[in-house]
Amino acid sequence: MAVMTYREALNLALREEMKRDPRVFVIGEEVGLYEGAYKVTQGLLKEFGPKRVVDTPIAESGFTGVGIGASMVGLRPVIEMMTFNFALLALDQIVNSAAKMYYMSGGQYNVPIVIRGPGGPAHQLAAQHSQSMEVYFYHVPGLKVVRPSTPMDAKGLLKAAIRDDNPVVFIESETLYAVKGEVPEDPEFVIPLGEAIVRREGRDVTVVAYMGMMYRAMEAAEELEKEGISVEIVDPRTLRPMDAGTIIGSVRKTHRAVVVEAGAGFAGMGSEIAAFIMEHAFDDLDAPVERVTGANAPMPYARGLERAKTPSKERIMEAIRRVCYAERS
Amino acid sequence: MAVTKVVMPKLSEAMETGKVIKWLKKEGDRIQGGDILAEIETDKADVEMEAFGAGVLRKILLAPGDRAPVGSLIAVIAEPNEDIASVIAGAPAMAPAPGKPTAPASTPGAISDRPAAVPPQPRSEDPAARQPAPVRSPAGPGAESPAQNDIRREAPGRAAPVMAPVASAVQHAGGRVKASPLAKKVAAQRGVDLKVVQGSGPGGRIIRRDVEAATSAPAAAPAVARAMPSVTGPEYEDRPLTQIRATIAKRMPLSKAPVPHFYVTSEVAMDRAWELRDELNSLEGAPKISVNDFVIRACALALIQHPEVNASFQGDSVRVWHRAHIGIAVALDEGLITPVLRDCHAKSLSQIAVEARDLAERTRARKLKAHELSGATFSISNLGMFDVAEFSAIINPPEGAILAVGSVRRVPVAEGDEVKVGRRMMITLSCDHRVMDGAMGARFLQTVKRYLEEPLRLLV
Repeated sequence: MAVMTYREALNLALREEMKRDPRVFVIGEEVGLYEGAYKVTQGLLKEFGPKRVVDTPIAESGFTGVGIGASMVGLRPVIEMMTFNFALLALDQIVNSAAKMYYMSGGQYNVPIVIRGPGGPAHQLAAQHSQSMEVYFYHVPGLKVVRPSTPMDAKGLLKAAIRDDNPVVFIESETLYAVKGEVPEDPEFVIPLGEAIVRREGRDVTVVAYMGMMYRAMEAAEELEKEGISVEIVDPRTLRPMDAGTIIGSVRKTHRAVVVEAGAGFAGMGSEIAAFIMEHAFDDLDAPVERVTGANAPMPYARGLERAKTPSKERIMEAIRRVCYAERS
Repeated sequence: MAVTKVVMPKLSEAMETGKVIKWLKKEGDRIQGGDILAEIETDKADVEMEAFGAGVLRKILLAPGDRAPVGSLIAVIAEPNEDIASVIAGAPAMAPAPGKPTAPASTPGAISDRPAAVPPQPRSEDPAARQPAPVRSPAGPGAESPAQNDIRREAPGRAAPVMAPVASAVQHAGGRVKASPLAKKVAAQRGVDLKVVQGSGPGGRIIRRDVEAATSAPAAAPAVARAMPSVTGPEYEDRPLTQIRATIAKRMPLSKAPVPHFYVTSEVAMDRAWELRDELNSLEGAPKISVNDFVIRACALALIQHPEVNASFQGDSVRVWHRAHIGIAVALDEGLITPVLRDCHAKSLSQIAVEARDLAERTRARKLKAHELSGATFSISNLGMFDVAEFSAIINPPEGAILAVGSVRRVPVAEGDEVKVGRRMMITLSCDHRVMDGAMGARFLQTVKRYLEEPLRLLV
């Protein structure tokens, strides 16, 4: 086990998989000479050469299409979006080509690509660059969607995504790149897609949260422990396919649930998980499921407003108290 | 990993068939050893059925509400890639219609189909504990469609929640009773009428803790006055037999017809026992002791002294029991249940008091374990709380006798030439004449009477 940053863990996963499988290559804007806008591809050009680390023009639709085509004839590209907000320019390629090729070719072509890059609210990146992009993708049949919260998950899940035979949307976070944590050095360490994890065990309420919201929920849980509320935190890690068993199992234990998401709430991941809990654990619920979501507004640039739009620790704590029928202390 | 056949478990001696009240897992759920798969209604109680193997619950073969013979296959647990067709094909014809009698199929071999318990899979955040995931190598390109693993799995055969008692309570109330789904479920399990429960959630919503508080104070629920039926309504209704009532209906004629009953009655002076009980119950920290606890203790000691009463008829022999396992009749709305308090002869009065109360409470909550429902060597039925002077009970085979206990009444008694007020209790022993004669029953009763009339003997 080594301690490294989330960024280094991603870099290690890429290097290990490129060494393991000569079909794996990296393509995107500034991934080679500049070594990545967030330095995730640092050192790869030097180690693997320009055939396997390909710099492209600023043309998301174009290089995503190149990747999909390459994957259809046997390669396994990892496509970097400088920020995932730019994937909107490649939406047709991802949604109409990558996700549907296997189905529409009657099983003749599959598309083993990974599209990765940072998304979600960060620090003053404003309306167009702070979006929780997963919501645009997990709706689409044929795509897998991953949001890794820790360095260990970043490595284990990126490796699983690269080895998966389906298109995988892998969304990191600017705010987590510098987070440090323990990461197994075993090149065969892989975290299977579709497995949630209980980050913190508790008795009274299940909080489902990922990425930055997971860390904020952890802080809320520590504070609420002092009020006598024992919070269990489940991190889904893979949003699609979702690990229903772990989430439902936890709710059956605690009988209450709060879902936290950074993006605007309407038709978000919180809606989906809340509906799912209602469908599968209705008779186990002692309170309605609460959602804590970002405000229904574009992300403001101003720092104070940015904070106001995104779920705070205090709002998470209030929601948890409400579902636990606990008075504010 | 092996395929695990889930069979209808035999949860009590008399159990021949069982009904699935509700599946707590559904097809596709991952199961670990020890998970609760379903609630089973046996002839005596609702019992949770645990999984004995790990894997995915691949197939449910018995719908909620349906009945199957003990030992028959009701579900299959296996890994997703394992072929279970042959296992299912080998299953006996499924799900006889409810109400239709089913042939007893309790072959001992069927139960041994269950493999030994499998240890639960490690579930840990520590990656060292996690098996390195195998490299995905699907049979063909994209063999694993994401849609297959999708969140929206079909849930065929999903059990309808058992909520009938709750629903009727809500109808009675006139207004809607607001309760959380969990509170409703717990209330249905414990037989709590939500109408009489005070809700502490937002807007008066009844939540689990309210139901639990209501069950821990059973006296708080008053008997609701029944509305006088109108003269224009239907003249009668046919109520389906509860499982308990059906069992009683089946078993009691098996006792009363072939077992030649005779009855011995005695009057017991309870003055000293009453005083002693008051004294014991005023001790701080001591458990509350009931008259019935005195009777249990007295019978246990008398049974050891008179083993011929603690005996079962076996055709060509009489089995004489050396230990006093006493069945204690508990009245439920659905019928009578007789949980067993084991080794009463070796238990102190206070121990009996604590355990009998726990047993009765769990009987009412229908939380008995299977082994607590069978194995009695003698039974006691007490109708004292209903102000019954005396009655006689029907023996519960294979036991050889049962004691029927009336209330402790204040009656005029002759003491020398004076009439005084004393506390008296009538006890009637029903005996199996094949096992014992009148004199044996009478001697036993005399011993019970002496223990109760000289109650200090119960303490030493």
